[in-house]
Amino acid sequence: MYEIRIHSRGGQGGVTAAKLLALAAFRDGKHATACPFYGAERRGAPVVSFVRIDDEPIKVYSQIHEPDLVIVLDTSIMDVVDVLDGLRADGEVLLNSAHPLPGCNGTCRYVDLTGIALAENLVIAGSPILNTPVLGALAKMGVVTLPSAEQAIREMFTDERNVKAARAAYEELKV
Amino acid sequence: MLTIATGNKAVADAVKAAKPGVIAAYPITPQTEIVEQIAEYVTAGDLESRYVPVESEHSAMAACIGASVAGVRTFTATSSHGLLYMHEMVHWAAGARLPIVMANVNRALGPGWNTWAEHTDAFSQRDTGWLQVFVGTVQEAYDATLMAFKIAEDERVLLPMMVNLDGFALSHITQSLDTVEIGDFLPPYHLPHAIDTENPCGYGPMTGPADYFRFRWDIERSMRDARGVIAEVEREFAERFGRSYGPTEDYRCEDADVIVVAMGTLGKEAEVAIDRLRDEGIKAGSMRLRWFRPFPDLDLAGRDVVVIDRDYSFGFGGVVAHAIRSKTGIEPYSVIAGLGGQEVTYNDIADFVRNRRPGTETWFGVSDHV
Amino acid sequence: MTNIVERSVTNLSAIPKEEYLYKCTSACAGCSSSLCLRYVLKAAGPDTVLVVPACCTSVIQGIYPGTAMNVPVYNVAFAAAAACASGMSEAFSAMGRETNVIAYAGDGGTVDIGIQALSGAFERGTNFLYICYDNEAYGNTGMQRSGSTPLGARTTTTPGGKPTAKKDLDRIIAAHNPPYMATACSAYPLDLYKKVKKALSIEGPKFIHILAPCPPGWRYPTEKTVEMGKLAVKTGTWILYEREFGKLSISGPSRAAMKRPAPLEDYIRGQGRFKNLDPATLDLMRQQVRQNIERIAREEEGVC
Ligand SMILES: Cc1ncc(C[n+]2csc(CCOP(=O)(O)OP(=O)(O)O)c2C)c(N)n1
Ligand code: SF4
Ligand SMILES: [Mg+2]
Repeated sequence: MYEIRIHSRGGQGGVTAAKLLALAAFRDGKHATACPFYGAERRGAPVVSFVRIDDEPIKVYSQIHEPDLVIVLDTSIMDVVDVLDGLRADGEVLLNSAHPLPGCNGTCRYVDLTGIALAENLVIAGSPILNTPVLGALAKMGVVTLPSAEQAIREMFTDERNVKAARAAYEELKV
Repeated sequence: MLTIATGNKAVADAVKAAKPGVIAAYPITPQTEIVEQIAEYVTAGDLESRYVPVESEHSAMAACIGASVAGVRTFTATSSHGLLYMHEMVHWAAGARLPIVMANVNRALGPGWNTWAEHTDAFSQRDTGWLQVFVGTVQEAYDATLMAFKIAEDERVLLPMMVNLDGFALSHITQSLDTVEIGDFLPPYHLPHAIDTENPCGYGPMTGPADYFRFRWDIERSMRDARGVIAEVEREFAERFGRSYGPTEDYRCEDADVIVVAMGTLGKEAEVAIDRLRDEGIKAGSMRLRWFRPFPDLDLAGRDVVVIDRDYSFGFGGVVAHAIRSKTGIEPYSVIAGLGGQEVTYNDIADFVRNRRPGTETWFGVSDHV
Repeated sequence: MTNIVERSVTNLSAIPKEEYLYKCTSACAGCSSSLCLRYVLKAAGPDTVLVVPACCTSVIQGIYPGTAMNVPVYNVAFAAAAACASGMSEAFSAMGRETNVIAYAGDGGTVDIGIQALSGAFERGTNFLYICYDNEAYGNTGMQRSGSTPLGARTTTTPGGKPTAKKDLDRIIAAHNPPYMATACSAYPLDLYKKVKKALSIEGPKFIHILAPCPPGWRYPTEKTVEMGKLAVKTGTWILYEREFGKLSISGPSRAAMKRPAPLEDYIRGQGRFKNLDPATLDLMRQQVRQNIERIAREEEGVC
């Protein structure tokens, strides 16, 4: 089972990103679940979402304590949350960032999802949409296939710019 | 159609397929998505129900009662304090023999406010005369909601039915969902005692000591008959749609020396624990209790039983542990775990089995219990 | 009549510096109802208990074991604030204590599920202050309609816009003939402060209805929260007044606005919840605003 933990702030699209990722994996023919963990706080507070992908049906409902992959959609969270907590020894990290960040080395990848969203003018109520571009980056990392990523995005959104943004992230991410 | 959905969305989709005439509901976390999704279906014209946006849960159930006896299929959804606030009408619906279907997204009770999973809300309606089923997957939330209409509306039953799903853990998880073309699976709504001005009757008038108990017995008789109806409907569902359910979901129980009994998502998580324990050579199995009312007969003889209660009856013990003790005569190892969404993993459940002490009770995470 | 008002408070700088609501709230950015609570508590002072039913304030006050509040906060079930406050007020009075009992409830907890308890408390003459902060929907649960949601507004349960008008809570309260009732708005904190002070100086059931714009619910950018409140008043959509022992007086900011109200569109345009409003609904809204202005102006003149 491949376990992914997504860190974001409420309202940034982490929950939708998890759903999209599960849908893409599902379209790849895998079993997948996505589960947000909501705290009691209002909008803007850090939230985590969990995605599990497996060849077998998934029966686990508890939180992910030892992720294979950690995704950070808002790196400012790293000041308040230990996003690397429990990361497996061979685990990977994907940051929404234009630059590598100190303290996150090894298999730490970064891609400027915010920049990509802004370039595509994917903005709702002043916030850039991160949940569709991140799927392109995950396709590049081989978590899901690119066609399934695109299909998942089209199933959930009508605006083609989302697909374009995912492709841009696919191109930009270095693996 | 095969897609993905949350537990809440699955319930809303089942309701859409069942096409109730009237839906009356009031929002409460973590049930809100059901209400919102239904409002969206109704607004978009995808569901031709009347949606009554009531001002409280007491009114939600009262509106369902009015609609149901007027002669249409009805649905509502709630959780936790919402369920408690409608308690009076929950009793009323059963006493009035109205086959209202309600989704209850299980959540803890305040104070302090807590919006996470617990079964105390549903269990506090234990003696109302409602049928109660607890589901463990998104698919099952959909299937059980569809079946609920058929079971409740059966003339041998005519009792309301509650479909319980764990708050957040199931209401908000996204899993695969296969929605079905229901065809004639649900017959048209027919209530023998629906209001009819051509045949005027009084409904629920003063009923004295010489008669009242008969009506109570009648509820119990239907509750007993419901066992057969449930089995029938579950069989027909399996034949039509290929997914079968029973009073419990048994996992690797045949040769088991120890069986974990749990409900809802913890019952599913337990299966993972069982696989781990089997790998260690411990012959464990799990039994996910689906039906709570009517309470099923369980075959647990000769085994150690570990019961996980996501609830508590203060001054007495875990509600499920107590039910099992009185139904089977077995003294289980009673574990109180998962209250208010407390994190319980398959590793924890495996530990409950490894460290079991039949005949005793443990509160998970509490070190000073006796 | 114990109508002692601190007339000296004429600008914001005269408001006490003491804080009873700290900055570590769990409110959304741009939340105006938490701002209101800050001024309410400054006016009430430390010998005050808040009774809070389920609403955004259940969360805003902070999450256990933390708290952002420096007065006792008694959280209670959704429908129960006014009844719980009644008991509390009687108990304090029985003990000879003069502690302020303030119920601080949302619009849903007031006009919908809580209205029975509220009406009972006012009819009984309970000595307390009931404040309804009105963000015109169920904020805590993610913005479903309430009885206080205005005509045409989109909420998650009225995705096509609410087909019915906002419940006129103030006329319901007025029918109980309380010694003091007032409206206020988060964009006018000094006005709110003075009204709370005055209310607490009077014996019996007092009521303040605060319009509290809410960025995620009304769908406008967080930095526009004060502007939104001002526009509500300037367009005459929300009228500031007080009614003391039945006598209505219109408050300063509304006096000017009612003479020459700004176009309703100014208020509606910036709010996502009113997107794609059809012309007929907009017309109806305009009519309602005009009728309200006329009704309140007439009442002040004594011709009603
Ligand atoms: C009996 C009951 N029903 C429903 C709820 C869920 N609930 C909690 S707060 C709330 C809405 C509150 O709305 P409002 O009073 O307007 O306050 P706001 O959240 O907007 O501040 C609801 C529906 C509850 N806690 N108890
Ligand atoms: S939803 Fe609105 S009222 Fe509630 S905390 Fe957020 S901004 Fe404030
Ligand atoms: Mg509100």
